[in-house]
Amino acid sequence: MKFLDNLTFGQYVPSESPIHHLDPRCKIACVLVLLTSIFMVRHTTSFIGWGLLLLVVTSFSRLPLRLVVKTAKPVLILALFTASIHIFFTKGTPVFSLGIITVTREGLRMAAFTALRLLFLVLFASFLTLTTKPMELADGLERLFSPLTRFGFPAHELAMMMTIALRFIPTLLDETDRIMKAQLARGAYFDKGSLWKRLKAFLPVLIPLFIIVFQRAEDLSTAMEARCYRGGKGRTRMHPLTWRTSDTIALLGLSLVTALLLIADRTLLP
Amino acid sequence: MSIVVDRLSHTYHPNTPLETRALRDITFELQRGAWMSVVGHTGSGKSTLVQHLNGLLIPQSGSVVVDGMEVREKSPHLRAVRRKVGLVFQYPEQQLFAESVLEEVAFAPRNWGVPEAEIPGLVQSSLALVGLDGQYLERSPFHLSGGEKRKVAIASVLASAPEYLVLDEPTAGLDSFSRKELVDLLTALKEKGYGILLVTHDLDIALQASDAILILNRGEQVVRDTPRRVIEHLRGDHIPGLSLPDIVTLSAELHDRTGTVPVTWDWRVLAQAIGEMKR
Ligand SMILES: Nc1ncnc2c1ncn2[C@@H]1O[C@H](COP(=O)(O)OP(=O)(O)OP(=O)(O)O)[C@@H](O)[C@H]1O
Ligand SMILES: [Mg+2]
Repeated sequence: MKFLDNLTFGQYVPSESPIHHLDPRCKIACVLVLLTSIFMVRHTTSFIGWGLLLLVVTSFSRLPLRLVVKTAKPVLILALFTASIHIFFTKGTPVFSLGIITVTREGLRMAAFTALRLLFLVLFASFLTLTTKPMELADGLERLFSPLTRFGFPAHELAMMMTIALRFIPTLLDETDRIMKAQLARGAYFDKGSLWKRLKAFLPVLIPLFIIVFQRAEDLSTAMEARCYRGGKGRTRMHPLTWRTSDTIALLGLSLVTALLLIADRTLLP
Repeated sequence: MSIVVDRLSHTYHPNTPLETRALRDITFELQRGAWMSVVGHTGSGKSTLVQHLNGLLIPQSGSVVVDGMEVREKSPHLRAVRRKVGLVFQYPEQQLFAESVLEEVAFAPRNWGVPEAEIPGLVQSSLALVGLDGQYLERSPFHLSGGEKRKVAIASVLASAPEYLVLDEPTAGLDSFSRKELVDLLTALKEKGYGILLVTHDLDIALQASDAILILNRGEQVVRDTPRRVIEHLRGDHIPGLSLPDIVTLSAELHDRTGTVPVTWDWRVLAQAIGEMKR
């Protein structure tokens, strides 16, 4: 029994693929292009095209499709929820009715549309984190926002905070798992009784976890100061980001494809 | 009455890119009143192995049977197994959470539903086993020294009244005095009839205290035998990340040169042999 075993949304999965090797700034830009385009889609049927694009991107990333879909599982519940709201509360031509509930054709269409849109948004966005190391992601964001430092925007500090937070998420999950196991070995229950009882059962996990986290944070800041960390000014990098031709090609290619998909959505479909 | 592990294998994150094979075909038996040590380099699968012994991990293949009860998913015996097999984790002091030592040690027996009236006595006797007296009861576990914290953590496991005690590197980070104290404590528990399974990096402790030693290398069982036979094996076959204690190397060298000195891990035996050689 491993309590936090599933691959979580936003986890990096290493692989040697063209997408993994792209510059993080390129991938961030691509995801922005994809997300805005998906918001501009008008017809449910166009999502077939987006589905094909998703398959192409997946094959380029050399990740199993199953894995990509699995990371979106939590959002599926949200998608079903919004879909059901649309089914039950949209007025129009009735398809069938059950007591006070009437399901309309417009409702079904809206439900399919919003659910698919949400799903594609999440699936495409998840590629960013699936194929980019958290550190690279933070680096990319820092570089993208660095022009704003002139206006007092703390780009470096935010990126450093994000890096540290990301760096500690797996560690925290491991620690939580370890402490939960240790308390289970002492006979603790985590899955029985009322909500209040379960919350209380979690105290023996939360208290040691807090202590470890504060200890870690203190160790980390000491270690950083001991190595003369003093903010972003004048700091050099071990792996400077380099924008290659392949990045330009990827960004342009993707923009072209999404533009075509959008044009098809506006002109070919009624 | 024993823990029987038969061809146990474990893989983390099977069928994903993060797949790691941690254990492969491990087989052994631990009797009550016996001491077995598990030794291996870091990442050899020691912690994974011990988590199987009380059902925190369920065998993916092979089996673990504790006093006739098999560890399986949804087994009605799972909690009984957990109670029988006390597990002391690596750095157990990190699991302390209560406001007093009394509450801390009482945590496990309360979980098992021991009547409240029996708890103070049980807490006292568990603390006494690890050599802490009544003056500790009301103190906060967070304000104790590292060694004392560890003793409280071990007492909190003993308070479940287990029949086997499994410890994952309990000596890590202790000074040599506390280390010796802990080994003596475990030896005393063994004499009382507990089955002891000790995970350690320290071949020295394993040789001196155990009845049997199991050596793991990258998740596979290299040898499982008496300390004497394990030494013979290790002299013939070097295992990465494991070095023989200096005294064993020294006595082996003397053995090869003189033929009279025995290969040993006990300095008394070596001193005796050298003394006799001079005469
Ligand atoms: N929760 C986990 N998820 C994925 N892999 C794991 C997990 N726990 C352990 N592993 C991997 O399984 C292997 C065995 O790990 P294990 O913790 O059992 O080793 P160990 O012998 O206890 O090491 P150490 O002496 O450092 O404590 C290692 O390769 C480790 O990376
Ligand atoms: Mg370990």
